[in-house]
Amino acid sequence: MIKAPVCKIIPFSNVDGPGNRMAIFFQGCPFSCWNCHNPETINRCNNCGLCIETCPENALVMRANEVFWLEEKCVSCDQCIKTCPNLSSPRVIYYTTDQLMTRILEVAPFIRGITVSGGEAMMYPEFLTELFGKIQEIPLNGLIDSNGFLSFESYPKLLSLIDGVMLDVKATDPSFHKKLTGRTNNDVLDNLHYLLSVKKLYEVRIVCLPGYDEQNRITISTVSQIIGDQCRLKLIKYRPYGVNEEGRKILGNETFDEVLFLEYKELAITNGAKQVVMV
Amino acid sequence: MSEVYKIVTDTTLTYKQQFVKLAKLGENTDDTIPYNPLWLQAKEAGMVCDLFEGALPYRPRYIIPDYSILMERGSDFLEIGAPTDLWEAVHALLIMYNHVPSVSSFPVFLGDLDTLLEPFIEDEKQAEKAIRLFMLHIDRVFTDSFVHANIGPKDTKAGRIILKVTKELQTAVPNMTLKYDPDETSDEFAALCASTMLETAKPSFANHRMFKKEYDDGYALASCYNGFRMGGGGYTLPRLKLAHIAKQANSIAHFKDELLPHYVDLMSEFMDMRIRFMVEESAFFKSNFLVREGFVKQENFVGMFGMVGLAECVNTLLNIEDPLKGYGHLKQADDLGEDIIRHLDDLVSKHTAPYSENSQNRYWLHAQVGIESDGLGSSPGTRIPIGAEPETHQQINHSTRFHKYFPTGTGDIYRFDETWKNTPEALVDIIRGALEKGVRYFSGYCENNDLVRVTGYLVKRSEMEKLDRKEAVKNHATVLGQNSRDLAKALDRRVNRK
Repeated sequence: MIKAPVCKIIPFSNVDGPGNRMAIFFQGCPFSCWNCHNPETINRCNNCGLCIETCPENALVMRANEVFWLEEKCVSCDQCIKTCPNLSSPRVIYYTTDQLMTRILEVAPFIRGITVSGGEAMMYPEFLTELFGKIQEIPLNGLIDSNGFLSFESYPKLLSLIDGVMLDVKATDPSFHKKLTGRTNNDVLDNLHYLLSVKKLYEVRIVCLPGYDEQNRITISTVSQIIGDQCRLKLIKYRPYGVNEEGRKILGNETFDEVLFLEYKELAITNGAKQVVMV
Repeated sequence: MSEVYKIVTDTTLTYKQQFVKLAKLGENTDDTIPYNPLWLQAKEAGMVCDLFEGALPYRPRYIIPDYSILMERGSDFLEIGAPTDLWEAVHALLIMYNHVPSVSSFPVFLGDLDTLLEPFIEDEKQAEKAIRLFMLHIDRVFTDSFVHANIGPKDTKAGRIILKVTKELQTAVPNMTLKYDPDETSDEFAALCASTMLETAKPSFANHRMFKKEYDDGYALASCYNGFRMGGGGYTLPRLKLAHIAKQANSIAHFKDELLPHYVDLMSEFMDMRIRFMVEESAFFKSNFLVREGFVKQENFVGMFGMVGLAECVNTLLNIEDPLKGYGHLKQADDLGEDIIRHLDDLVSKHTAPYSENSQNRYWLHAQVGIESDGLGSSPGTRIPIGAEPETHQQINHSTRFHKYFPTGTGDIYRFDETWKNTPEALVDIIRGALEKGVRYFSGYCENNDLVRVTGYLVKRSEMEKLDRKEAVKNHATVLGQNSRDLAKALDRRVNRK
């Protein structure tokens, strides 16, 4: 029975794809972006136990050398993730696909689809294949929110079971991408082309970063030229909420400038993007 | 200080509000109906409540005229003919509303407005002007949040104009319901309604298929969320205060087998007496033009058997003190809750109700929303206590267990954060699913709006603040809202946010 680590489930989300959806967030991500909104989802827990000491509600205990989360005691004060030196969280539950399906079936009548996100959901392609096989039987619409680091071309079965991918393109310039995320973007751009060719790209998301006007413009114009009218382009303002100290040192504490943001919309349209959404 | 003196010198009341209160005092000097002393004792002890309907009813509590008759042939009594254009149509309706009585003296039902007006929509610009003035007139003249209009299920030009104007005017009156059936209502119209609901806390969504089945096609939603047969209404609405009755019980069996049957008998007898008097002696059913011209028919009226405070009743019977661990959170508590309501329905159905020809000769259950003086210890109908609501999908699943028992009205209210204003179609996903699962009536509003839904009716926060400063306000319901806000934390319900 395969299991995967889930760090959060939002039963009703209206911002993770069309309509009302359940959003499932998986723990673990190969990127470590400056502007990450939930850096505690990057690494798997190494059971160091430091968070047990600082939890004010005694909601964390060590069991068989593993940190165990007592959900019913937790008051979501986030002290554990502030304590964690490892960009991780002890509030992670390993689910089988059947256990997740139980959660999904509770809300199935009220939602249009399921969106898996993270962390990076594509760290668990076999799990997702099994899960979306079951979701398709309900049936519900299925979307994967991904950073594109792992190749979708290697998982044709999974792609056949979902309706689309929401792809984050952090940057198109390879060296800037490496600086921003810690990894190269070859696979991200391959994925962009591949998903377009198999008509599984629901939208591309670009976060506009303060102080990096030139990089923002390169990414927006390059992506716009590639996608044209074939899928939505969502431009997202950088917001400091959730970003850790190091990220804020680089990107600041202010939401991205409104005037410049509107210029980017024009830039996207000039370069061929047809459906531009701004958030 | 006499009650009359208090009313006459109260500066927070408008003239009309004083007038209605004085009339009630006058009515209550009569002792024609020989109410059972045991009923009066139970009322005194707070086990039952007559919702201040008055001692000698001179009209049914709720009247639901079939306004399509007015559109077809006008009214002899009112000396108006059948309207021939939109201006005449809204004019005829406004005239008639003034002659529709109710417990509050305001008309609680304004008709299926879009269906009534659609045949007259020609020039859309003119139509918008006519409907804007019509809606404004309703808010400024029928100053009571229980005045209620229906729209749907079909997507019409008139319906869209009503929604547009409703969004613009931001008024508490009229309350509004969409009769929603995904097979008949377009997705676009449903999304427009959801978007309007997030801006103005109305319309609410009624389960069209469910009501249609129970009322053989012709039904109306009026007052808070009350269901009625079209061309009929509700004679009377007293209620059992289950939370209070449970406190007397020494066991669940004692509650179910002795206390509940006792109070059901007392309340049925009380309703019988009032209804017999209304039909046999009061002038309304003999001479009122609404009856004589066929706008309402006596056999379409029903007695509404109200209940309130199931949550606290169940928690008391199970000795649960923390509302987060009881009704709405614990299967055993929910099972007991449904068991009590099923039992209540069964007891009520065994009593033969007089003059209830089209209601299977029985009283129909109503989940009453509570009144401001009930305070924190008694939640509306079968609702989970405010502040103890579980996640939205759990709350919906919970309510589907109860809604089927209440054809004369029940409903739940959900509060959403600002982001939902961008995605009304996502809200429709929730509502459609809820109705398909058996929810009867779904209300929602956005957390920070001025217009908010209190228990079943709408008020403006800004008007409550006026009352806080001891200024008179037009809308009588504002004072109810102010008290519910202060005594029952009615505006602190859980917010659905990401």
